[in-house]
Amino acid sequence: MTALLRAQHVTKVFGGGLISRSKTAALKDFSLAISTEQPSIIGVVGESGSGKTTMARLLLGLESPTEGEVSYRGKDLRKLGRDEWLQFRRDVQAVFQDPFEVYNPFYRVDHVLEVPIAKFRLASSRREAQMLMEQVLQAVGLRPGETLGRYPHELSGGQRQRVMVARALLVKPKLIIADEPVSMIDASLRASVLDNLRKLNEDFGISLIYITHDLTTAYQISDNIIVLYRGSVAEAGDVRLVVKQPRHPYTQLLIGSIPLPDPDRPWTGETAPSEIGRQAKDGAGCLFAPRCPHAFEQCLEIAPPLYLTDSHRSAACYLFPEHAPLRAEEMDSVFIHA
Amino acid sequence: MPPLLDVQNLRVYYHTSHGPVKAVDGISFSIEARERYGLIGESGSGKSTIALSLMRMIKPPGRIESGHISLDGVNVLERSEEQMRQIRLAQIALVTQGAMNSLNPVIRIKIQIADGLRNHSVRMNGQALDDFIAGLLWRVGLRPEVANLYPHQLSGGMKQRVCIAIAVSLRPKLIIADEPTSALDVVVQRRVMETLRRVQEELGASVILIGHDMGLMAQFTDRVGVMYAGRLVEEGKVGDLFSKPQHPYTQLLMTSLPTLEEKGIFQLARGAPPSLLDLPTGCVFHPRCPYKMERCTIEEPILQTTWSGHQAACHLLDNGQVEAEAQEKRES
Repeated sequence: MTALLRAQHVTKVFGGGLISRSKTAALKDFSLAISTEQPSIIGVVGESGSGKTTMARLLLGLESPTEGEVSYRGKDLRKLGRDEWLQFRRDVQAVFQDPFEVYNPFYRVDHVLEVPIAKFRLASSRREAQMLMEQVLQAVGLRPGETLGRYPHELSGGQRQRVMVARALLVKPKLIIADEPVSMIDASLRASVLDNLRKLNEDFGISLIYITHDLTTAYQISDNIIVLYRGSVAEAGDVRLVVKQPRHPYTQLLIGSIPLPDPDRPWTGETAPSEIGRQAKDGAGCLFAPRCPHAFEQCLEIAPPLYLTDSHRSAACYLFPEHAPLRAEEMDSVFIHA
Repeated sequence: MPPLLDVQNLRVYYHTSHGPVKAVDGISFSIEARERYGLIGESGSGKSTIALSLMRMIKPPGRIESGHISLDGVNVLERSEEQMRQIRLAQIALVTQGAMNSLNPVIRIKIQIADGLRNHSVRMNGQALDDFIAGLLWRVGLRPEVANLYPHQLSGGMKQRVCIAIAVSLRPKLIIADEPTSALDVVVQRRVMETLRRVQEELGASVILIGHDMGLMAQFTDRVGVMYAGRLVEEGKVGDLFSKPQHPYTQLLMTSLPTLEEKGIFQLARGAPPSLLDLPTGCVFHPRCPYKMERCTIEEPILQTTWSGHQAACHLLDNGQVEAEAQEKRES
């Protein structure tokens, strides 16, 4: 079975050039396969600098990997011909964070929908184009009459972002990569955009990679989740397992840091790193060791592999040595299929 | 004892070519010394306008139309511009979401902290100043070496803590924190909020926390006011308000919140906030309200004390209906 999109041992290093000598690996040995047979929603969470946006850009072909390869239907993205690249662009769509920046304020919102229709020759007449635009707007819960013909500033952030989702939908993609699609939208409107994305998965069988720093929304819409910490996978698997019983100390810290809307359930305290963890130097060993309350000698020597802690979850931590280690490319083998 | 801050009937309008935008339309609240008060609302509810009004930093076309703001017995609205400059930072300080980006990128942290002191005629030099700054940084959990760094050498959370250090440098009585952590990751957010709480307790200052994150409000504040379209629609002790929300808008805020409890339940928020240029008649919330009655389209409700001991502005409270209907809805 050839995956729609596959990342194999992808590493991306920034810097190391003439100006900046220091190298930073934004993403390390990352593998993931998205098939068309089992459309699912994968949440990718991590703090800023965890490599989640780099991952999105690599999967979209906006960035080339330093090592490893990203392939579309079995072919390296860098080797795609013109037509294949166009096909790739249709199958894999992106929704970005800022619903303000993508619009040209001088054009009506119709413009962002007309461009892909023209580019991909989706309609043979003006009327057909109009119908298509109305269809996708309705699919994301917008009233075409109240949306088309307007200027971007006349729509709310939530509406603008939903137009972007509608735009992604136009070309009937197989996969949408959404990088922080709701972080700039008012909290009360977030649910509507997320609900749209989830419906696309249910109704049209579109897979979704939902990238966010907000574990709560990731939990709400994802089937599986990947927790990234400084470019490496800390924990991955069934989102219910990861959120309800986090195994990796970093996931535990993340979940404990979420302020619960209940004054009677106070924030749990952050545990200080262990004596050995404090001696950890950057570079070797587990990257979380300097902040980890459980760090011991082994953690400082070599980075831990992913251990198969449960049948549907893996965690990269030496606290679970009794479990079988997984190879990096087996990370998504633990994912559940809805 | 009079409250530290007393705001009465404040109205702030922005005058546009389409007419006045009523950002804050008749709000009253007060805050006790050492109290942590939260203002919750969506964007456009007027919460940041309140922050700017308290600092007297509303700029044209905005204008404070009427009302009364007294801070520690001083009528803020009657002070001269120069007196106001003295009051800012020394008595009342503001930390915003973008505060960390307001640090000057080419000036060392210690100079930026010293600037504020000098502008308030605090004479300190050499070792005394260095010690003072080291003490301030220590108070917000930063090493003294940070004083000699430039902003780009610090992470977002560290920069935001530098801003808190500047805000508390003259021991203000009131700290206004307007979405101070919205740009930060959760782990860093918790540290910054804990820093703010510790500093506030040490100084004995009061804090107004402005934001839309219900979780943060629940964890940080003593008392909360819920804003909608320039009005305060509900106010009360944080425990009461979160466990027994009385206003349908507060209930909507609570239920549209994604949680880590049950998965995949999206209670979609109905509709959007009204245009502040053209407010609905009667209760401003009625177009979105699931319990709308005829009276709601005609008569504006006023804040009244509810059975659970806090304040809410809703006609349904006249006959104790809100809780009953919410209960019914939960059961169905």
